[in-house]
Amino acid sequence: MAVLSHHIGRWTGYRVNGVGLASFAVVLAWAIVAIAAPWITPHGVGEIVDYDYFGPLTAKFPLGTDYLGRDMLSRVLMGARYTVGISLAAVAIACFAGVSLGMAAAVMGGWADSALSRLLDALNSIPSKLFGLVVVAGVGSSIPVLIMTLAIIYTPGAFRFARALAVNVNTMDFITVARIRGESLGYLIGSEILPNIVGPVFADVGLRFVFIVLLLSGLSFLGLGVQPPNADWGALVRENIGGLSFGAPAVMAPSLAIASLTIGVNLLIDNLPQKIRDRSA
Amino acid sequence: MATIVEIRDLEVEATTDAGRRVEIIRKVGFTIEDDEIVALIGESGSGKSTIALTLMGYTRPGCRISGGSVTVGGKDMVRLSERERQAIRGTDVAYVPQSAAAAFNPASTIMDQVIEVTRIHGLMSDAEARIRAVELFRALSLPEPDTIGDRYPHQVSGGQLQRLSAAMALIGGPKLMIFDEPTTALDVTTQIEVLRAFKAVMKRGGMAGVYVSHDLAVVAQIADRIVVLKAGEIQEIGTTAAILERPQHPYTRELLAAFAPNRAVPATTEAAVHPHPLLELSGVIAGYGRVMSDGMPAVPVVRDVTLSLAAGRNLGIIGESGCGKSTLARVIAGIVPRARGHILFDGKELAADAGARSRDELRKLQIVFQSADTALNPMKSVDEILGRPITFYHGIGGAERQARVDRLLDMVHLPRSLRHRRATELSGGQKQRVNLARALAAEPRLILCDEITSALDTVVAAAIIDLLKELQRELGVSYLFISHDLNTVRAICDEVAVMYKGEKIEQAAPDQLGGPDSHPYSRLLYASVPKLDPTWLDSLDRDPELVKAFGGR
Repeated sequence: MAVLSHHIGRWTGYRVNGVGLASFAVVLAWAIVAIAAPWITPHGVGEIVDYDYFGPLTAKFPLGTDYLGRDMLSRVLMGARYTVGISLAAVAIACFAGVSLGMAAAVMGGWADSALSRLLDALNSIPSKLFGLVVVAGVGSSIPVLIMTLAIIYTPGAFRFARALAVNVNTMDFITVARIRGESLGYLIGSEILPNIVGPVFADVGLRFVFIVLLLSGLSFLGLGVQPPNADWGALVRENIGGLSFGAPAVMAPSLAIASLTIGVNLLIDNLPQKIRDRSA
Repeated sequence: MATIVEIRDLEVEATTDAGRRVEIIRKVGFTIEDDEIVALIGESGSGKSTIALTLMGYTRPGCRISGGSVTVGGKDMVRLSERERQAIRGTDVAYVPQSAAAAFNPASTIMDQVIEVTRIHGLMSDAEARIRAVELFRALSLPEPDTIGDRYPHQVSGGQLQRLSAAMALIGGPKLMIFDEPTTALDVTTQIEVLRAFKAVMKRGGMAGVYVSHDLAVVAQIADRIVVLKAGEIQEIGTTAAILERPQHPYTRELLAAFAPNRAVPATTEAAVHPHPLLELSGVIAGYGRVMSDGMPAVPVVRDVTLSLAAGRNLGIIGESGCGKSTLARVIAGIVPRARGHILFDGKELAADAGARSRDELRKLQIVFQSADTALNPMKSVDEILGRPITFYHGIGGAERQARVDRLLDMVHLPRSLRHRRATELSGGQKQRVNLARALAAEPRLILCDEITSALDTVVAAAIIDLLKELQRELGVSYLFISHDLNTVRAICDEVAVMYKGEKIEQAAPDQLGGPDSHPYSRLLYASVPKLDPTWLDSLDRDPELVKAFGGR
């Protein structure tokens, strides 16, 4: 691994490390699975293929079968679609909105900053699970509703984070120079501030993605997430929870899938490649 | 007389980001007798602080001593274990840092921090240490020596804090004191008190000292011998008198030349022959904090300033820190809106807030900030930094923009190959040139220069001043040149305004400033600027009344 990462560093001018590469491989694998799921599942998602339920690991069913005798491997592979897809969409919306508003608040300052900050603080003060429960109970569960709910829940955090970073950059003289050059708000936040906070913001995106995966899994576990016969990983854990006392692989597999994705993303953002810039060279 | 320090073939190296080794110090060797002060002088990056730190067996993170020996009092600091070095630091060798404000803990009293060394090394009881500390405060001519130790660091001035940090270093009874640019951050009127105190204490104690500085005039007052450094190598070693009078090495001569009186050449452009006012300020009041009911700021910083600057001419504004000179520049630029008064630019009234000014008004009036480190976006290339104002103000892109960026780089004497570098990858002087080029890209009529040479080395600063003059001849721009350094202002300005506590107290030609007809504060300021003459400090006779009235920092 060390040799490999050294070679990559030579090639690209970026320094990478072994943990980063390994976690990138895990995340990439799940992303490929999410895209290619319909073509690689050995059985149909809702198809009952085994007379036994909570079946063990066999050559035919590599991850055993679930509480209805459906193929667990197929269900986990399809579940990746929902878990990764919904979370990715939600995190993209939450971070785009939060980071843009956060930088704008820092640059504008004054009453605009206060109004935005208080509004999002108020939103932040609502417990996230409860908010999710109320929305889904109120308007019913569908994938767009899930995405928007998760995005709204995680926007205030992204806002706070980006604002705190942007406030520091905003005090720099180069911002003052751009401001008295007459630059617009869009240029100030997009071209002057964003490049200086993009590293921490990416780390935040990764972290928030993990939170969203966990919240989505939690909601699905409570039965408010993706509806049957489709299931994301959280729902898979819930519907097979009865197998826990038998030590059934059906409950382990989706749990391990959640763990591998969240840990993988976390390790990846902690070990992002660093550009090698040698100032004296 | 015995030799206390012997440095032989010292080599220090660092490892860069890409894993390449860089030599910072190359085969440096010199000695220090036990009662002399040796100055290390050179520009930033010359390795002077690195050498001073090796005297304590310390290197900055990422650096290491790769060869040679540093013998202090018979012990080789390079070979000692960290534990053995710790026993020597504070007792045999002591260090006075550049920024005393950063060296003190704001949460505990000064006395506790001064006597901490004696506690760590178990030198004496607390009661003895306190008595010793008060003696040192008195020797360093600090006010109220008996009670000043009970105060917190923010309750004393910068000059006092610097002397207190010297007391902190002296209390362990060191044989060798290291001063790392201790007066660089101080005002000239304060610097004199601090220098005098240091000199008196060192002479009385008969200690050896190392004085790191980039300011040859300051060093001339206090050092017995001078070591001139450049790029980690010794250029010249000699007694102070020899270095000042008979410099051998070209680099030393360059350093001295930067001190030679550099007079502003009267501009001969058309505009200067028939001057008309470019910038006029009348009764300008501005400040910070809450706006009071009468529209005045709660903390006024600029009070009723009236001045005018003719097209093609340069006006200098000098004063010590806190006098409001930088705020005045920000008021003119519209960064800090004025509360009262008028600013006429080219005969037209400027809006108080930059946001309300037209793009053309903004273009004609550019500001260059002191610190190029914060004034240039670290994530952008030189090309983007210089190209933006060209596109923004003149609507030019593509190949024409490329050509203009190249022309700007030529103008400020930077190689065109630099255009793809980021600001963080440039040296201090290069950054300041880019900073200046960005202002020029707008094709302004007036450039506000806020302390633009203060963070630079003497030789580099002199080059920037020459560049400013050259650009003025070519482009006919005017400068409003703000500085705390009288010599710099004199080198470029046709007229100088002196500010004190937010007010403009005098405006005169640079030659008349400090003369007998001048304002008392101007005279004090003028008298406080260090001269190259080694006897200057000792023979300096300042009017105590004046110092009392104006030098209260």
